[in-house]
This record gives sequence, C-alpha cells and structure tokens, in this order.
Amino acid sequence: MFSGDEMAALCTAMGVTHVVSVADSTIGPWHPAIERTDGLRLIRVCREGEAWALAGGLYLGGATPLVMIQCTGLFESGDALRNILHDWQMPIFSIIGYRSYLNQTTLPGDTCLVFTEPVLEAWRIDYRLITTPAQRDEILAHYIACRDASRPGAALIAEGKA
Amino acid sequence: MSDTLARMSQMEALRVLHAARRASDVVITSMGAARDWMVLGAGPLDLPLVPSSMGTAPAIGLGIALAQPERRVIVVNGDGAMLMHLGSLVTITAAAPANLTLILADNGVYEVTGAQPTPGSPGARSDGAYVDFVGMARAAGFRSVHHWSTAAEWEQHVEMILDTPGPTFVLLDVARVPGAVGPRSPGPAPERARALRRNLGIGAR
Repeated sequence: MFSGDEMAALCTAMGVTHVVSVADSTIGPWHPAIERTDGLRLIRVCREGEAWALAGGLYLGGATPLVMIQCTGLFESGDALRNILHDWQMPIFSIIGYRSYLNQTTLPGDTCLVFTEPVLEAWRIDYRLITTPAQRDEILAHYIACRDASRPGAALIAEGKA
Repeated sequence: MSDTLARMSQMEALRVLHAARRASDVVITSMGAARDWMVLGAGPLDLPLVPSSMGTAPAIGLGIALAQPERRVIVVNGDGAMLMHLGSLVTITAAAPANLTLILADNGVYEVTGAQPTPGSPGARSDGAYVDFVGMARAAGFRSVHHWSTAAEWEQHVEMILDTPGPTFVLLDVARVPGAVGPRSPGPAPERARALRRNLGIGAR
C-alpha cells in the first residue's frame, strides 16, 4: 500500500525521531528507507513488548518515538502496552500492520482478522483503519490530533500476505 | 541444589551505587531494587519503575539513553525480570549506547512473590547449575562486562565501571531478603513521568 519512502516521509512529517520496530513482510521493506532518512533512527527490538517500553523511554528522554509492529506483535505486547500507555499515560503513537486484511492467500481463515480490532478497542487505543493509499493524510491528521491531546493512538494499516 | 554463592545484600549493593552515581545520572530501578532504592532516597532524575510491566526496565533505560546521549543512564534489574526480556540484551547492544549501564541484581528468586526460584537458578533446574548471565551478556555483545559478589569489590570498581563507555553489563550476586514485599508506588505514575521529563529539561507535551 505504501512504499518505504512514503512511510519514511510520513514519519518525517509527523516529527518522529525514532521508529521502534519489528519487521513483517509489509513493515520490513519500509526499514531501509527509514534508515536512510535524515532525522529518523530505526531501532530494531527483539519482541514487541520491548517496543512500547523503549518508546516510553525515548519519550521520557524527550524524543518523539513511533512504534511500528504487526498486529501479532500487538497481541504479544499487551502488558507492556498497558503499563506504558495506561499506567504511565505516555502518548505513544503506533503504526500496526493488519495481517491478512487485504487477502488471506497465505493464511486462509487468519484469526488476526477476528482479534485485531477488538484487542485495540480493549486496550482503549484510538485507531484509524487505513485500507487505501489515499488515506495517508488521515494517518497524519490522526497523529496530530493524538499528539495535541497528549494521548496514544494508532494507524491500523491493512496488509496482504502474511 | 542449595545456593552456595557468597552474596552481598541488595541494600549494600545499592548503597554503593547510590554513593557513586552523579546527580546528573538517570537511575531506573525495578521490583525489589526499586523498593530499596526508595529507602536510600530517589533523586529527581530517578525512576523507580512502579508500577511496571515486569522485565521492561532495560528497554526504558535504553530509550532514555538514546534520547539523552550525553547523560549516563543506569538500570538496576532483577534476574527474574531479566529472564522475562532476555532479548533486551541484544536490543541494547544493537543500538549500542555508550552511556547505558545495566546492573543485574541476581538473587535467584522471584523475591516479592515469596522467593520462588527462577528457571535460571539451581533450585529450579534439572542440571542444578547457575545460568551464566555474564556469558549471555558477552555473547550478546556487551563491551564492558563485570561480575561481583561482595560489596567491597563492587565499591572498589563502581566508579571505573560507570565511567567506562558502554553499553556495560554488571552482574551482582545479592542475597534474598526473607519475607520481602514488593515496592509501593511513591505517587501517581503519570505525574512522575511528567516530573522526570521536566527534570530532564523537556517541555510539556
């Protein structure tokens, strides 16, 4: 849906300084563009639970982090997310890949389609579902609204293959 | 298998660090270390990580270290917490902040829940062996790795260790505290997060 350069440009427009990420087949190809963009630093973590905590530390230190993970990582990282976003109320924004939303050719019946949005709602994360490239500005607008309200938010990016 | 290591008390270990840290250092403590650090007196740049998501203190410290590269950041983690996020050892060395020191206070148990042995301690392992945290840190790529069992040794080396470019890993063998309770939050977490940012010179947002 988006190229790496488009995603890096979006991060720059958002004022992001650090992208904290675990790759998937959609997000991974964005990494090289993020890495070569001035003003952006890609931080690779070993599991998604680390991503929220690392982003929280970056925020405490005055940086502007973005968490970029797949929905499966969202499932994995619930307690870290709970602590950073809700206990400490750090306004971390995330881009979350929505596995199999555009097609299920790799994983027919993928239960990511069952659980992703209910889990985001359960964790009280205000998200926007992004299914076409034309919604790029909607991500930016949602980010700015969340930033100005000092609250967390997410863009849920529809993905194809797993 | 019983624990046969000589161990310093955690309070002694933290007292050494408390005396050696600079006022400009950020010190993040978790679980039992947070409890004892607050007894010693947490400074305006300290983060007793209560409430926590167990195991995330090193990642939070890494984030602060990357955002504040001119400032020393010291994380005191427990062995149970370290085992929950062992990958953090690799994440830290991948990012390689020279200003981060990770101290692992190893007592072999989940102290605040009643001293159940961790899977890394002899009492819970079929091989009866200690898990080699120092070996793990070296294998993960830490440039500066240290291991002390007595407060005297730790005190003798602490300033040199904190001054050495890192990332640095320090294993301290500490004694269990029978009947120890978990740390109490010193106040609402969101207010403490905002205070830490203010104290680091960061504006509101």
